[in-house]
This record gives sequence, C-alpha cells and structure tokens, in this order.
Amino acid sequence: MTLRTYVISRILLTIPMIFILFTMVFLVIRVLPGDPVLLHFEKQENPAAMERMRHRLGLDKPLWIQYLDYVAGIFRGDLGESMVDYSPVAQQIISAFPATLELAIFSMVIAVSIGIFFGVEASKGYGKTRDNVIRVFGIVTYAIPVFFLGMVLQMVFGLGLHWFPVESRFPHGVDLPSGLAVGGVHFSTGLYTIDSLLEGNVYKFVVTLRGLALPSLTLGLVLSGVFIRLTRSNMFETLQLDYVTAARARGLSETSVTYGYALRNAFLPVLTMMGLQFATLLGGAILTETTFSWFGLGRYIVDRISSRDYTAIQGAVVFFGIFVSFVSLVVDLLYAYLDPRIRL
Amino acid sequence: MLTLIRGSGCEVVEVDKSKVRKGMLSSLIPGLSSLSQRGLAGWLVVLGFIMVTSIVVVTAISPWVVPYNPSQINVGRPLLSPNSQFLFGTNNMGQDVFSRVLSGGGIMLEVSILSVMICLLIGVPIGLLSSYVGGIFDRFLCLIMDSIYAFPGLVLAIAIAAMLGRGVTNMAISIAVVYVPSYFRVIRSQVLSIKEMPYVEAAKAAGAKGRTVLSRYIFPNVVPSIVVVATVNFADAILTAAGLTFIGLGVPVDIPDWGWDLTNGSRLLSSGAWWVIAYPGLMIILLALGFTLMGEGLSEMANPRLRE
Amino acid sequence: MVVSQPLLSVNGLTVEYWARRGKVRAVEDVSFSIDKSETLGVVGESGCGKSTLGLSLMRLVPYPGRVVKGKILLKGRDVLGFSASEMRNLRGKDISYVFQDPMTSLNPVKKIGAHFVELIRAHEPRVSEKDAVVRTRKLLKDVGIQSERIGDYPHQLSGGMRQRVMIALAIALNPSLVIADEPTTALDVIVQAKILDLLNALRDSYGMALVLITHDLSIVLERSDKIIVMYAGHMVEYARSEDIYRNPQHPYTQGLLKAIPNVELDEQTLNAIAGSPPDLLNLPKGCRFWPRCYCAKERCREEEPRLICTEQDHYVRCGKYKEGE
Repeated sequence: MTLRTYVISRILLTIPMIFILFTMVFLVIRVLPGDPVLLHFEKQENPAAMERMRHRLGLDKPLWIQYLDYVAGIFRGDLGESMVDYSPVAQQIISAFPATLELAIFSMVIAVSIGIFFGVEASKGYGKTRDNVIRVFGIVTYAIPVFFLGMVLQMVFGLGLHWFPVESRFPHGVDLPSGLAVGGVHFSTGLYTIDSLLEGNVYKFVVTLRGLALPSLTLGLVLSGVFIRLTRSNMFETLQLDYVTAARARGLSETSVTYGYALRNAFLPVLTMMGLQFATLLGGAILTETTFSWFGLGRYIVDRISSRDYTAIQGAVVFFGIFVSFVSLVVDLLYAYLDPRIRL
Repeated sequence: MLTLIRGSGCEVVEVDKSKVRKGMLSSLIPGLSSLSQRGLAGWLVVLGFIMVTSIVVVTAISPWVVPYNPSQINVGRPLLSPNSQFLFGTNNMGQDVFSRVLSGGGIMLEVSILSVMICLLIGVPIGLLSSYVGGIFDRFLCLIMDSIYAFPGLVLAIAIAAMLGRGVTNMAISIAVVYVPSYFRVIRSQVLSIKEMPYVEAAKAAGAKGRTVLSRYIFPNVVPSIVVVATVNFADAILTAAGLTFIGLGVPVDIPDWGWDLTNGSRLLSSGAWWVIAYPGLMIILLALGFTLMGEGLSEMANPRLRE
Repeated sequence: MVVSQPLLSVNGLTVEYWARRGKVRAVEDVSFSIDKSETLGVVGESGCGKSTLGLSLMRLVPYPGRVVKGKILLKGRDVLGFSASEMRNLRGKDISYVFQDPMTSLNPVKKIGAHFVELIRAHEPRVSEKDAVVRTRKLLKDVGIQSERIGDYPHQLSGGMRQRVMIALAIALNPSLVIADEPTTALDVIVQAKILDLLNALRDSYGMALVLITHDLSIVLERSDKIIVMYAGHMVEYARSEDIYRNPQHPYTQGLLKAIPNVELDEQTLNAIAGSPPDLLNLPKGCRFWPRCYCAKERCREEEPRLICTEQDHYVRCGKYKEGE
C-alpha cells in the first residue's frame, strides 16, 4: 500500500467515526434523559420559562430536525447556545481550550520522557532489581487517582515547600501574556508559554512554567506507567533482535546501539501510543483542572455540570471528540510517514 | 526409502517426554496447563487477590468493627491529627477518619461489580455473536465500538453520568458503556483466530450447530481474556467512580465513601490536615492496585511474554 | 611445522545458559586453534552449540548465557579479559561476524550505505563521510553489488544481495578473523555456492582466517582446512578435513558422512542417523551420543569420554578409543 493510498483511506475512515461520535453525543445528551430542559429546571417548575428556553434553543422541534440542525451547526462551527445565558458555546470553548491544550502537551511530554527514560533503564537489565522496581512503579502510578496525586503534590510542594503555586494558572496582579502585536494586528495563541515568548517577556514565561509544573507533573506521572511498560517491552524485544546483535558485532558503542538502533525502532509504537493515550489524557485533564483550579475546557465542563447547562456540555463533549479524532489521525499519518516500510 | 543405520549395539532411543503433546483440556484453558510454572505471575495474582479480598472483608464487617459511627459528626473535635483515640484523626465535621476508612469501600465495590456484570451480560454476548456471525452486522458493530473506544473514556462517562443523574447504578452504567468496547475487541480478536482453527472446522463438518460451536469450542478459549479484561475493568471502575464523585456525580446519600472523603478533603488543603485525604486515598490506591496486580498476573499466565 | 603463534587459540571453552528450568551447558570444553588464512569448519545439528560457540568468540552470547570457563587467545591475548571498550574495538575490526539471516541482521530503517558509514566512523572517527562513502562503494564492488544500491533499504534487496552486504560489512575493516554463521542456510542452492566462493576469494585476497559454521558437512569438507564436529555442546571430533573424509573416527561423524547424498549414483537410499539430539537439561549419563550410537558399549553408558589425540592433528571424544590403543 502506498503512502498516498493509506492517507486517503485513513482520512476516509475518520468521517464515519466522527458521525457516529456526533450521533452518540446527541443520543446521550438529548435523547437519554428525555428532556434536558426539564433537567435544567430541576427544582423550580416553571412551565413558561421552560417553554421559552425550549423554543429559543430549538429543542421543541421534532427530534430528527434537531439532529440535522445540530450536525449542520457543527459544520458551521456553531456548537449551540448555553442554557445559562444563551451565549454561544463555541466561543466559550475556544477561550477555555488553550489552557487545556497547554496542560495536555506538557503532561504528554513529561509522561513520554519519564516513560522512555525508565523504560530504557529497565530494559537494560531484565529481571534484575532495577527492572522490577521500575515495573512496580509503572503499575502503581496507574492505580493512583489523578486528583489524589494532584492534592498530594499540592500539599507537599505547594503548601509545604512553597516551590510552586497551589492554584490558578497565573498569579494575580500580573498581566496575562499578550502575544505578538505587530502594527495593530494582535496575535496570540492562548498558550501562555508561547504568548509570553512571543511577547518577549521572560518573567511571564517563567511564571507560566511555574504554574504548569504541578498540574502537568501530576497528569504526566499517572500517564507515564503505560509508556514505561511499552518502552520497556519494546526495547527488550528489540535488543534481542538480530540486527541489534549484529550492530554490536560490528563494534558499535552501547549508546548508539541502545538509542540509535533499538530505541528508534521502539519509538514508533510509542508514537502510536501517544495518539491512543491522548484520549485518556483529556479525561484526566478534567480532573486535574478541577484540582488545580485550572481554567481550561475540563473545568468548563465541570462547571456546566453543576449549573446543569446541558447544551454547553454537549458542545464541549463534541469538541473533545472532534479534537481527539483529529489528533489520532495526525498521529497515524505521521507514523505512516516515518515507517519506511509503508512508504514506496 | 529410508533405511536407518542399525548395528549390533543399537539401543532403543528414550522417549523424550518434553515432546509429548499436552492433553486437550489444558490446551483449551491455556495458562492452567502448568501450575508449577506460575512463578512470579502467580504471586502477583495471589497478592492482588489478597489485597482485594481483605478490603472486601473489612468493608463487609465494618458495621461491627468500627470504633465510632462513621457518619456521626462531632465524635471528636474537628481536624484532630491522628492520635491514640482517633487512629487516623478526624475530618472537618468531627467524623472519625479511621471508621470512615474501614467502611468507605462499599460504594466503589458496588459500582465496580455492577459495571463488570453489565459488561459481561451485554458485552460478551455481543462480542461473541458479532465476531462469529461476521458480515455487515459485524462491521457495523465494529465501527460503533471503535468510535466509543476512541473517545476519551472519562469524558464519555462524565457525560452519561451527568445526564442520568447521581447514584450507584448510573455510575455503573456509564462505566459499563465506556468499557464494553474493550471486551468486544478482545473477544473479537480471540474468536476470529479460533474460528479458523482446524478443530472448529472439523466440528462444523461433523454437523455441530453454531450454538454448540460457540459454547463448547470458542467460549472456553475466550474466557481467560475476558477474565483479564474484567480485572482491568474493576480497577478502572474504581478510579472512575472516584473521579465521578470528585466532580459531584457521586452518590447523593450520606454513606461513608472514600471518593467523597477526597472531595471533601480537597477543600481543606490549606488547613494542612493531610490525614483527611491521605488514608482514603491510600485505600483507593490499594483496591485499584489489587485488581491491577491480579490482571497483570493473569495476563502473564495466559500468554507469558519474554520467554527465555 | 607451525613456528609462529596461531591467530586464534581456544582452550576449554564452556558456555552456560541459565534457563528457568535449570542450567544448560550449550558449549562444553571446546579447544582448537586457527592460523592466518585458514578456514575452520564447525559442523553439527541444530542445537549442538555451534552458533553459541561462534558468538562466544566475540563475547556476544545473549543473556542469560555466559562464558564460564576457558580461554580465547587472539594473537596471544585473552579476549575474555578484555574491557568493554577493548571489546568494542575488537568487534568489527579484528573479528567480525556474518549472521545467518541477513534480513533480520540489517537495520530495516537504515539505508545500506548508512550501515557502512556508521561502521567505518565508529572505528575510525577521523574519516570524513565522503571518504567513508568512497570506501563503501569499493566494498560493495568487491562483493559484487552495484554501487547504486548504496541508497537502498534492506528490504529492497534480494536475499543473496543482503548476505553479500553482510559479508562486505564484515570485511570492511580488514579483520584477521571472520566468523560466518550458516551464511548460506537462508539462501537457495545456486546462490549458496556463489556466496561460499565469495567468502573463499575474500579470504585469499584479504588474508584473513575464516570460521564457517554450518550443519552441512559437505560444504566444509571441500572448503575448509580443519573441521570441528559438535554434538550436544561437546566437540566430538577435530581434525584436518582430509582426515575427516578419509578416516572419520567418531560414529557421529561417520553417520554424517554417510548421510551426504552422492550425486553420481543413480539410485540410493538416504541414510539418516536414528533418533534426535538429547535435551541438554536431561543429558544421558555417560557419552552424550550413546543412545544413537551403533556401537555403544557398557562403558559408553557409564563414563563420559575425554578428548583424545588418536593421530597427528586428529582428536576424538569417543569411548572406542582409549589412550594407549
């Protein structure tokens, strides 16, 4: 199969999956509970107000029309209106998402780094103490509830040692990073690390990193177990492969054999795993954001749950789904590009 | 034509026992064939099992063993650090943390057991049927299952739980929905490989009905993988239940629950009362870890990696 | 008369593997020597330890195996005592290895040329990339591969060509000793002969010694100077190839010779040796070969025979021969 064929078929595959995703979310939010508006007004029975809301949000139309409106809306970029104040959900999501993205990226980087490092270390001595300790570490970290770890880290490093701020993404009193301003045109990504660099403000950059440290460490640690295990088993299998022994037989140094040969080939599965774990990462981000008062999309969803804003929840969940599909598509394509055996 | 060299001093070759095929039963249930080879994997299963059972037992007998009523407030002054009277200290409402720890596992266990049951009752038959029957039905189901599987599990669980409302059953349902695809996939890959095996074809040729083939040939071989997935399911269910509680989608009634303790304790961080969250959190970890170890051990027994 | 020191001298080499079920001696008490420009053939069934022997000469025995006894003297120095960096220096440069399956021995994501450049620069860091490429082209030519292939990936080459690449890599730095482990087993018959001829030609032009490991006695009979016959980890016979052909002394060797089909005869029956090699964890008492030996005696079942020199440069490990007879 050529690369081009693969790319096309992979992209084509995404389409039905995204549609199923839309349908799933629609079923869960609109169909499952019966009447989301009723749920919203849980305690106060106010038929007039409920009718108004239903009409305003288009929830009084027949179900299949609602579905079509919904799907059409997504393609237009319209994710509905909030039940709380009828403001466009899409906008709220766009402003909240960069925080989650920043957290997710840093956490993934930490998880993969820890994973690869310890995975390689473990594979160097199969069955020996170092290996077993690392394996146990990998298993245990997965069993820790992410928010518990977050709280522990907060107590130890935040309150106890005062190394890192306990809450919030950015300290009060300091202006947020504003990004690049060129001749009246303002450009910012919403990712404070990049924005502060664009602005050229090192102090803000450092402050951002300090704020990111604990949350991404929390999420990264919990996720690292999977990568440790994957790297370890891949490395171990690869290290036993003939071409690794052949490389050693040519007198290449252990470092180039480990990192140049074995790891390079063990890396591709890590890449795939990164794509797979991204979904888990976003799930964990919700809990982490709640623990650290991090104002990202996860926190947004939790807030909307407590205010019973179901249309907002729907919009956010759809967004999550689309984003995850997109990321896994990119990862698959990247993998296909990197593996010369698929090329040609 | 082969002639073998024989001479006057030729001895009978000893039968090489290690080459004798093992019995059919043991090949139907892989992993049990050589009990003596359990080794490390067996230890893991045993250890995990002990951890889980102890917690279950403790939770079950807790009503009789607790020093104080776990739900009663102000049995002691609030936020006392661990001492001889209150082994694990008290929380902000003056409740005894130790008693709450002993009795707090109930909800998590209920949720996880319920979700696994749902998965087994729904996911296993669907998986078996779909992969055995094949065709459009199978492909359609696969697509659905893959979509659910690809979706962030926790997000979906949160969405479902948010819509269904609070409560043990609803939590179990949302976890089950998220987990069914895992069972589906595992069963499907097993069934697909077994379907092609000669002994299944032979049975079909001898006139065995589909139902028979499924139940007597395919199902026993699928069982080990199901068990492994189930243990992981248990572990995940516990962590997810804790997460759902943390977000506020837990149980509305005032039952001692580790998840609730953590949620409550998260608001108390600045007071430095680490014991309020440390012990319940530790229990959650131990319970999830117990299941995870069992899962690791069982999966290693079923297909040992890294043979020497 | 050999005046100078042999290039390689192995004494009492023993290699153990620690498997889950017990200890296995894959190679036990093997001794031999090779001179410059000599070819040594190592013959035996699968599992007799010949590959382990080859790997142990470069200390590449994989975990959980270890060399537990013996000496390996390369130009007088004991390889077993070398430090890690001395070993790295040695491998690829003084001794090199040609692996059995060229498909799995080459890095699938590295171009052919890159293998060579990496090898050259690992041992001679001062060489520029351009010079390394020039040398690569010459090497490829020496083994009969067009230099355009330098930019190909391993999976784009045929089996025979991949093996030639492996050989080229092995001789790239002009080693004194090349160990070839079943270099032709993964190839078809016609290519086999070409590869073996190539090895011999290179041996002559580069002046190196060659260890040829194979299960096929016919190959080593024509192409090697000395032969070791291995069985269940033991060296059961060690002699010059003419002597093995004219006067095979160990029953196993005799069986192997008889098993070689003769092209000239019209009809023949295939002669196989009854039985199969022993399980190394469950070795029979006494001589390891007695269950399959056509003339096993009481004594063979009791004592393990020692290696004895029966005539000039001819050693056997068999109960038939006692010192003094």
